[in-house]
Amino acid sequence: MDHDLKHDFPIFFHWDSKGKPLIYLDSAATTQKPRQVIQAIDDYYSKYNANVHRGAYELSQVATDLYEDSRAAAARFINAPEPESIVFTRNATESLNLIAYAWGLNNLREGDEVILSEMEHHSNLVPWHIVARHTGAVLKFIKMGGDFQLDLGSLRKILSAKTKVVSVVHVSNVLGTINPVKEITRLAHEAGALAIIDGAQSVPHMPVDVRDIGCDFFAFSGHKMCGPTGIGVLYGRLELLDRMEPFLGGGEMINEVFPTTSNYAKPPYKFEAGTPNIAGAIGLKAAIEYLENIGLQNVMEHEIELGNYAAERLSAVEGIRIFRPKKTGTGVISFTVDNVHPHDISTILDSEGVAIRAGHHCAQPLMRTLQVQSTARASFYLYNDKQDVEVLAKALEKGVAIFKPRKKADVFK
Amino acid sequence: MSLNDLFTEIILDHYQHPHNHGIIAEPTMSSRGFNESCGDDIQVSVIVRDGTITDVKFSGAGCSISQASASVMTDLIIGKSVDEVKTLAAKFYEMVKGSGGDYGEELGDAVAFQGVSKFPVRVKCATLGWHTLEEAFKSADKK
Repeated sequence: MDHDLKHDFPIFFHWDSKGKPLIYLDSAATTQKPRQVIQAIDDYYSKYNANVHRGAYELSQVATDLYEDSRAAAARFINAPEPESIVFTRNATESLNLIAYAWGLNNLREGDEVILSEMEHHSNLVPWHIVARHTGAVLKFIKMGGDFQLDLGSLRKILSAKTKVVSVVHVSNVLGTINPVKEITRLAHEAGALAIIDGAQSVPHMPVDVRDIGCDFFAFSGHKMCGPTGIGVLYGRLELLDRMEPFLGGGEMINEVFPTTSNYAKPPYKFEAGTPNIAGAIGLKAAIEYLENIGLQNVMEHEIELGNYAAERLSAVEGIRIFRPKKTGTGVISFTVDNVHPHDISTILDSEGVAIRAGHHCAQPLMRTLQVQSTARASFYLYNDKQDVEVLAKALEKGVAIFKPRKKADVFK
Repeated sequence: MSLNDLFTEIILDHYQHPHNHGIIAEPTMSSRGFNESCGDDIQVSVIVRDGTITDVKFSGAGCSISQASASVMTDLIIGKSVDEVKTLAAKFYEMVKGSGGDYGEELGDAVAFQGVSKFPVRVKCATLGWHTLEEAFKSADKK
């Protein structure tokens, strides 16, 4: 990063963390927002607010154009073939639920198999639990092998003619592992199954090309990539979206409505019932442009460098255990420290102005695979630097000192 | 808002050397409580004879505040009636939410958790053991 990007993010100059600068290391949960994004949302509400796809007046047309420009920007960002293959949702979770409900419930039968992985976020688990309960479909799992990598051998073993869906996370929100989604997609297609990729942790941090991956569906969230909350994207191959049942019914998603029946608009509108998050889409476009301007390749290289540096620096902390792959490690670093619970780590770091995540990270099955109850997680983004890592390491050392094992106090015997 | 207000000696001692830790094989009542967001998990099992708590144990895993609070709670409630314990629980919730007041007499070692009120995100850690105990009371009432 060639200049201090913190200057683009007002929060670093507003939030007073007990007189200490904010060291924000929780970007895998949500990123901070640059003023360019905040300004775009302000502009929309101040200058162009109207409902979209409805009014035959100029203001509504301008709002519609801005909304549709955002769709085109999202398509360009992940190299989708056409804007119509981009459905706006609330977030990656809703995108994955949309597939599970609209495609899964209508296409899966008893005994059909859905393959997920041991690394999934709850958002790519629980919707399939619901689908499995309703349809009788069976869930199977790609195992995690050495160096926190998915074991594709275990995928080959469970793929069969029964497999209808393979749905996996692109980058793990706990480990930062970049999964070989192109190869997984190829294997899924060979078995005649759909390939669904949860890109919530990849799209914000690296160049992504859905046509190169070849997947059928791809989900991501705006708020994890400098955009506002409440806007997400589902990319789907157009012929699949065209054949699919709708998810939610209401205005905007219809063609004709009669008292007892209705027929539906073409995708993507078929999946966008009700007034959409227009300001969110416009904010997302500003976020996309902000990231494109910096360059996703640069963002990725910066984060990998920081992640590698953090892994090395933190390994000097007494009792630390790091859960991060040696190859394909990114800007996410999960860890535990002997004798200091992750939640206590979080409080100690907070007192130094350092914001991290502690807990199961919405990935309880992965926590069981790792044989931990929870971890602490620092996640870096374009506005972090090595100084942030140093503050983190120093604060951790303070925690180790506070929780140093002591003899049982006499008074409490 | 110093860390010393939170991680007091009493809390650190109970965390590292918990009292009444374990599971009672045949309890009068028991319950399990979770803090979904951080993964704290506590089981409390109790023996009540003639309305009085004669034994209590806790087990589980979690942060220093949740584990130490459960440990201190077990010391405090043995020999007290269920009604007295419910009153104590209410006082404890008041204290950690920062209502002010003097809790020294009744709450004993549990006053060590007064500093939690300055760390609002940790209140649910401190109250987990108490809430789980109260859930055990409720489940026994339903029987």
